[in-house]
Amino acid sequence: MKTAVITFPASNCNRDAAMALEKVTGRPAQMIWHRETEIPSDIDFVVLPGGFSYGDYLRCGAIASRSPIVKDLVAKAEKGLPIAGFCNGFQVLTESGLLPGALLRNKQLNFVCRPQKLTIENGNTRYTSQYAGLKEVIFPIAHHDGNYYADDATLNQLEKEGRVVFRYAGNPNGSARDIAGIVNEGGNVFGMMPHPERAIDPVHGGTDGLGLFKSIIESI
Amino acid sequence: MAKKKSEITPEIVAEHGLTPEEYEIILDRVGREPNLTELGIFSVMWSEHCSYKSSRRHLGKFLTKGKRVIQGPGENAGVIDIDDGDAIIFKMESHNHPSYIEPYQGAATGVGGIMRDVFTMGARPIALMNALRFGEPDHWKTRQLVKGVVAGIGGYGNCVGVPTVGGETNFHKGYNGNILVNAMCVGLADADNVFYSAAKGVGNPIFYVGSKTGRDGIHGATMASAEFDDDSEEKRPTVQVGDPFTEKLLIEACLELMATDAIIAIQDMGAAGLTSSSIEMADKGGVGIQLNLDKVPQREPNMTAYEMMLSESQERMLMVIKPGKEKLAYEIFEKWELDVALIGKTTDTGRLVLKHNRKKVCDIPIAPLADDAPNLDRPYVIPAGQPVLSHSEVWETQDYNDALVRIMSHPNIASKRWIWEQYDRHVMADTVDSSQSGGDAAIVRIHGKNKAVAITTDCTPRYCYADPYEGGKQCVAETWRNLTAVGADPIAITDCLNFGNPERPDIMGQFVGCIEGMNEACRAFAYPVVSGNVSLYNETNGVAIPPTPAVGGVGLIPDLEHFATLKGAQEGDTLVLIGETEGWLGASIYLSVINSREEGAPPPVDLEVEKRNGDYVRSLIRGRRVHAVHDCSDGGLAVTACEMAFGSNIGMQLSRSNDIPTHAWLFGEDQGRYLLAVEEHSVNPVISTAHSKGIPAQVVGKVGGNRIIADGAFDVTLEGLREKHEAWLPALMNKTDA
Repeated sequence: MKTAVITFPASNCNRDAAMALEKVTGRPAQMIWHRETEIPSDIDFVVLPGGFSYGDYLRCGAIASRSPIVKDLVAKAEKGLPIAGFCNGFQVLTESGLLPGALLRNKQLNFVCRPQKLTIENGNTRYTSQYAGLKEVIFPIAHHDGNYYADDATLNQLEKEGRVVFRYAGNPNGSARDIAGIVNEGGNVFGMMPHPERAIDPVHGGTDGLGLFKSIIESI
Repeated sequence: MAKKKSEITPEIVAEHGLTPEEYEIILDRVGREPNLTELGIFSVMWSEHCSYKSSRRHLGKFLTKGKRVIQGPGENAGVIDIDDGDAIIFKMESHNHPSYIEPYQGAATGVGGIMRDVFTMGARPIALMNALRFGEPDHWKTRQLVKGVVAGIGGYGNCVGVPTVGGETNFHKGYNGNILVNAMCVGLADADNVFYSAAKGVGNPIFYVGSKTGRDGIHGATMASAEFDDDSEEKRPTVQVGDPFTEKLLIEACLELMATDAIIAIQDMGAAGLTSSSIEMADKGGVGIQLNLDKVPQREPNMTAYEMMLSESQERMLMVIKPGKEKLAYEIFEKWELDVALIGKTTDTGRLVLKHNRKKVCDIPIAPLADDAPNLDRPYVIPAGQPVLSHSEVWETQDYNDALVRIMSHPNIASKRWIWEQYDRHVMADTVDSSQSGGDAAIVRIHGKNKAVAITTDCTPRYCYADPYEGGKQCVAETWRNLTAVGADPIAITDCLNFGNPERPDIMGQFVGCIEGMNEACRAFAYPVVSGNVSLYNETNGVAIPPTPAVGGVGLIPDLEHFATLKGAQEGDTLVLIGETEGWLGASIYLSVINSREEGAPPPVDLEVEKRNGDYVRSLIRGRRVHAVHDCSDGGLAVTACEMAFGSNIGMQLSRSNDIPTHAWLFGEDQGRYLLAVEEHSVNPVISTAHSKGIPAQVVGKVGGNRIIADGAFDVTLEGLREKHEAWLPALMNKTDA
C-alpha cells in the first residue's frame, strides 16, 4: 500500500495528511511536489491537503488546479485512482473539474474554526465503509471559503446517486443542502471541507477521522 | 556643489525625530555633513523603536540567565532548552501603532514579523498567541478595530499554517485612542542548529531573499516612536502590507537552506528594514558591509537609496552565505519561487557603504549607529500606591444572580469565541488544548514526541495602574501560575512593555515600577526574560494607555500523560481551593463592574507563597490526584468556578468555608490560588498533605448537576449563564449601525 500527498506552494496540512496516512498504512506517505508531472504508477491513494495554495489568490484552489501534477492527477482519476481532497484540496478538486460545484465564501463571511458534527449520509462508499453503521462523527473545520454551491440539477443528481457522503449537522458556512463532502460518479474521488486528518489521535480530542482513512485503504 | 552644504536643515533633522544634540554627534562620527540617506539611517537606528533609548538602562536589570536559557535578549528571539536536543524559540512583539491606523494590515504584519523573528533563528513556528487591548466597546472606533485586527491575525496565521492557540482580549476606555496588538510566536528547533545574526568573515556574499522592496512602511519605526494626534490617520501610508503566502514560502525555503551547512548569519528585515538588518548583522559580527542597491529586487521603478534603506516591505530576509554555497542558495529559493539576489558582501572596513546607480550614496561607520545610540536616563516618579480598600468600603450587591450574570457577560470576562473561532487552532495537528476550552495555558505537543509546551500570555493593567510594582509582579506571577495550572514547569518569559510617553516622569515611573516588580518575580521563580520588546508613546493628545506590560510565558510538560486542564471536572468531584482567601476587592473586577469604581490597592503577590502553592499543585497534577485545575484570578472564586463549569460542562456548588463577607468571598482576587476538582477519595490526602506543608487548602464545594450555585448568594442554570457569557461579543460585533 503506497500513498502520496501533493504539496502546492502554501499547502499547510501536507504534513498532517502524511501523518494520518502513515498512522493507518504503517508506511510513510510519499510527498509529491506540484511541479512534478507524473504520479508514480505504484501509488495507490493520493491526498490533496488543506492549506492556502498560492495564498488563495485569484480563487481558492484555482491556480493549484493548473499545476503540472494536476494534469496527471486528472488522467489517473479517470482511470480510477482513489484521490481525496480535504479543505483546500477539495477546492482544488472542484476547480480542476474532478468534482462538481464550487466553494464560495462562508455565508457569515468570517473564517470559522471549530469541531463540527457531521452526519454520515452514505455509509457504503469507499470512504465510509468502515464506520460500521455509525451515523455521526466530529471533524474539525477551519476555512473561509467552505460554502458549497452547485445548481439544483447537480445537487439533485448528487443526492439521487448517493454521492453526498457527509452533511453538516448545524450548517457552519451556508453550504447548499448542508453538504460537507461528496464523491465523483466513480466513487474514487472524494472531497470535503472538514479535516479528518486532524481527528486521528486522542490528543486531537477525538479519533473519528481514522474511519475515513481506514475505509479507503481497505477498499484498495 | 555649494547647495549640498545646506541640504540638511534643522527642519529636516527635526522631521527625522533627531534632537540637535543627537545631530551634533552624527556630524562628529561621520566627520562631515551626512547626506539624506545617511541621516535617514541614523534616524531609524536611533529611534526609540530600534535603539530602546528610554528603556535600555532599565531592561538591563532583568534576570536573563537560567539553566535552560540558550540565548537571552539581544537576538531575534529567545532560545530555551527543552531536553532531548529540542529548543524552543519565542518572542512577543507589539504592532500597536500600525494596527490602530490600519487594523487588518497592522495586525497581519505584526503576526508576520514575529514569525520571522522566530524562523530566522532556525525554528519552525508551531504556535501563535496574541494579547489585544481595545477601547470601550461602545466607542465608535472599537468594533471596526476588533473586526480588522482579528481578521488580520487570522488572515495571516491561518494562511501560513501556524495555529493561533490562545491569547487574551480586554476592553477599557484607556485604550480608546491607542489599541494594543501584541503577537507572540513559539517555534521548535534543534538545539544544536540555532542560527544567529552576527555576520562573520570578510568577502562573504550577502543575499537578499523574499518579497521585493517597495515604498511601503517608510519610517514605520519612527512612527512607532511618537505620540498620536488628530492627524494620525494621515500616517496610513507608513503601514506595511502583508503577504502570508510569501511568508509561508520563505519559512519553507529558509528551513530547507538551514538544513544544509550554508548560512553564516541571517536576519529578517523588520522595523527599519534593510538598514537595521544589515547594520545589526555587521555590528554584531564586527565587520563592514557593502551593498549594491541596484541589485535589490524592487517593486516600483525609480526608488531612491533613501527609500530602499528605510522601506519596511514585509517578508524579506538578509543572509550571509558561506562562499561556495551560492548555487545551493539560488536553487532552493528559486524552487520556492522567491526573489533572491546577491546584493553585497562583508568587508573589513567597519563601514556601511552603499552604491546606487554606480555612485556611492552612503559611507558611514557602523559602530556609532549601535554604540552611540542615545541611552537616556529619563527622570521618573513611581506613582504612590493606592490605599487598601476594606470589605466594608465596597458595596455589597443585594442580588447575586444579577451580579454574577453581569460579571460573566462583562467585556473583560465574557467569552471571546467570536474572536478565536476565526483562528485556525489545530493546523499542524499537535494542538492539545487551546482557547477553545478557556483554560489557563495553551498546550502544544512537540511533533512526534510525547511532551508538550504550555504557553500563556497575561497582564492585568488595572493592577499595574493602581501600583506598578505590585502589578508588574502579578503579571509575571500569573503567567507562572497559568503554566503551573496545566502541569508545566515554567521556564522563561518574553515581554511586550506597552506604555505611554516616556518623556513624562509619571509614565516613566510606571515603566520603571513595572519592570522592577516583574524582575523581582522573575528572580523568585528563576523564570528569566529571554526576549521582548518595548512599545512607548502609546498616547493620544496627551492621554496615555494604562501601563500594560504583557508577559508571554512558556513551560514544559515533560510527559503528556500528566497534564491538567479545566475541562476534566466530573460529577461527584469535590472542589478544593489552594491558597489563602482574604477577599481582596481593591482594583477588582467586582469593584469595577458592580461598584463602577476603579481604585484601591491591587492584591499583593507573596512570591514565596505563590511558588510553594504552585509547586504543590504541579505535584498533584503529576501524581494524578486531580481531575481539573483552574487558576483563580480575574473575578475571583466565582468566575473561576463558572469557567471550570463551562469547560467541564457540569454544574458547581460553592459552599461557605469562612466568615468573610459574601462579595469578598466570591469575587475577591487574592493571588496564589488554584481551584481543583478532586475525586472523593483523594480529598483528604490532598488537603492533609497541603496542611503539612503549611499550604492553605479547603473544601469549597462540589461538582455536579446543571446549576451554578453559591450558598446564600447565587443560583443559576449552567446553560442560562453560558448563554449570557457567549452572547456579549457576537451581539456587539453584529450590531448594525443606527
